[in-house]
Amino acid sequence: MTDIPATAAAGRASRAGGTDMAGLRRLVSYAVLIGYLLFLLVPIYWLVNMSFKGNLEILNTMTLLPADPTLANYARILGDPTWYMGYVNSLIYVVMNTVISVTVALPAAYAFSRYSFIGDKHLFFWLLTNRMAPPAVFALPFFQLYSSIGLFDTHIAVALAHCLFNVPLAVWILEGFMRGVPKEIDETAYIDGYSWGRFFVRIFMPLISSGIGVAAFFCFMFSWVDLLLSRTLTSVEVKTIGVAMTRTSSATGLDYGTLAAAGVLTIVPGALVIWFVRNYIAKGFALGRV
Amino acid sequence: MLELRGVSRSVRGRVHIQSTDLTLQPGTMNVLLGPTLSGKTSLMRLMAGLDIPTEGRVFAHGRDVTGMRVQDRKVAMVYQQFINYPSMTVYDNIASPLRLMRKSRAEIDRAVRGTAEMLRLTALLDRKPLELSGGQQQRCALARALVKDSDLVLLDEPLANLDYKLREELRAEIPRIFRESGAIFVYATTEPEEALLLGGNTATLWEGRITQFGPAPEVYRRPNDAITARVYSDPPMNFAPCRKQGHSLTFGEGIHAPADGAFAGLPDGLYRAGFRPNHLRFEAHSGAAVAFRCTLGIAEITGSETFLHLTHGADNWVALLHGVHHFDPGTEISLMLDPAHVYLFEADGRLALPASYAAAA
Repeated sequence: MTDIPATAAAGRASRAGGTDMAGLRRLVSYAVLIGYLLFLLVPIYWLVNMSFKGNLEILNTMTLLPADPTLANYARILGDPTWYMGYVNSLIYVVMNTVISVTVALPAAYAFSRYSFIGDKHLFFWLLTNRMAPPAVFALPFFQLYSSIGLFDTHIAVALAHCLFNVPLAVWILEGFMRGVPKEIDETAYIDGYSWGRFFVRIFMPLISSGIGVAAFFCFMFSWVDLLLSRTLTSVEVKTIGVAMTRTSSATGLDYGTLAAAGVLTIVPGALVIWFVRNYIAKGFALGRV
Repeated sequence: MLELRGVSRSVRGRVHIQSTDLTLQPGTMNVLLGPTLSGKTSLMRLMAGLDIPTEGRVFAHGRDVTGMRVQDRKVAMVYQQFINYPSMTVYDNIASPLRLMRKSRAEIDRAVRGTAEMLRLTALLDRKPLELSGGQQQRCALARALVKDSDLVLLDEPLANLDYKLREELRAEIPRIFRESGAIFVYATTEPEEALLLGGNTATLWEGRITQFGPAPEVYRRPNDAITARVYSDPPMNFAPCRKQGHSLTFGEGIHAPADGAFAGLPDGLYRAGFRPNHLRFEAHSGAAVAFRCTLGIAEITGSETFLHLTHGADNWVALLHGVHHFDPGTEISLMLDPAHVYLFEADGRLALPASYAAAA
């Protein structure tokens, strides 16, 4: 076993001598790949690195690894309700939004995929145009509207606001997946005696479960990363993590370590969700149309 | 009994089914025969209640079921694509219509196992449909359609997506399944051969219209008109102009035959002669046979048969010959036709005189 890598290496060396160009091309492609990965990963590494340092070390020296690793930053966040409740609140409205968006989008996407009605194509396109304006545009009207109907500073306010962006997206993704299911399955089920609701839940939803997963993932992600609307629509009762992170400046200066730890903890849920749906994401980005 | 009274359907101004009257008796096999887009599927969907006729009414057992929810109709349907519920096992697939009827567990089990036995699915009951071969998937779909004892079983080209071997196998089983079920079977196909093999009644369809409906051999031997004859012949029937004058028939460009027997009673005039591709032969099979000199377009050779695509005057013909025959394109070929195999149609397509061999049969 041990001599195999040796011979392989020798073979590679002799071949490299023969084809300099190919070797060079491979070298360049590796360099580009590694450079790109570094470019992507260094900020994340730096964040993780900082989260294990004290503020003194962060400000005074530049170290690649924490000289004096500490969990104090994490302890502060997990021990202080004003910090960790930020995560809880954010998770609450994100989950609410995901559930509402997917629940609302399922029948809508079914209608678009199965029936033709007057203006269906225009309506379908119009749905997507909702995503074309930056959330900031809607911050003021939402603030004004929710304040006047008493929804300001509640979880549902943020969840509903995010629906404006997530429902169209979920409809688009789900419609793509539903289109892939032959209409004959619906008809066979009706002939067999299934009512629409029963057919939809028992037969149809299992068929597009990966689509539902992808749609839920995109709703989760967009809702989770949005800071602007959630900050605008909440204040005291519902403090989101975004709000909590802007409070780290105090009389003693900026608390870099805690901020970094909060950042790491913010990345974790998204990374977890991505891990679960990693096999379907490509299909989701193509809106189910691959 | 299923009755269509003046049923028609148009979608956005396009006529899919022209006004149709059709009565299917209980316990009969009925084959809808026609080329693609002739309206077989549209007609079936009207029978099933999946589509509502633009005009006319549908009656089942004398009761008007037009516009009734398809869930409340006692029908079953099998599509050309293999349609099963992928997330359920074969057992649950077959059981699902019965569960919706709220039958008892024991009753369901008995029915499912019985039907599975009939369709040779017993060993596969615990599998998921997508783990099965195409033939097995279609058998599962058939089982689901048959298990619920519906009055009307619609099979829309159920064998079209299967490979040759499986198709033959299932086709042999369908008449047996049909006899055991006692329901009205409606079977759509594009192949005349299939219609003849299945027997029962044949309805020939052309451009959304039923051109003829009757027992399969009857429709095959005595087509009402040239269109029916064309549809119920594979390859399609050959046609040639034909003039009858006194005691003589003149085909195409001056091929003469005596107008004796049944031909003698026909008024003089211009007709269209039609004959099936398998009736053109190399050797004369009777003294009355006349020879046609044709120019060969291409020859297609299967294992044991040869299809010759020919031109004779202004007409394009196909000859289906037994055995393998090699010819170069452009060859002049002389082929014999017995006038007893010739159908004569009026200029408007109506049958003027059936071929005498068919009339005798």
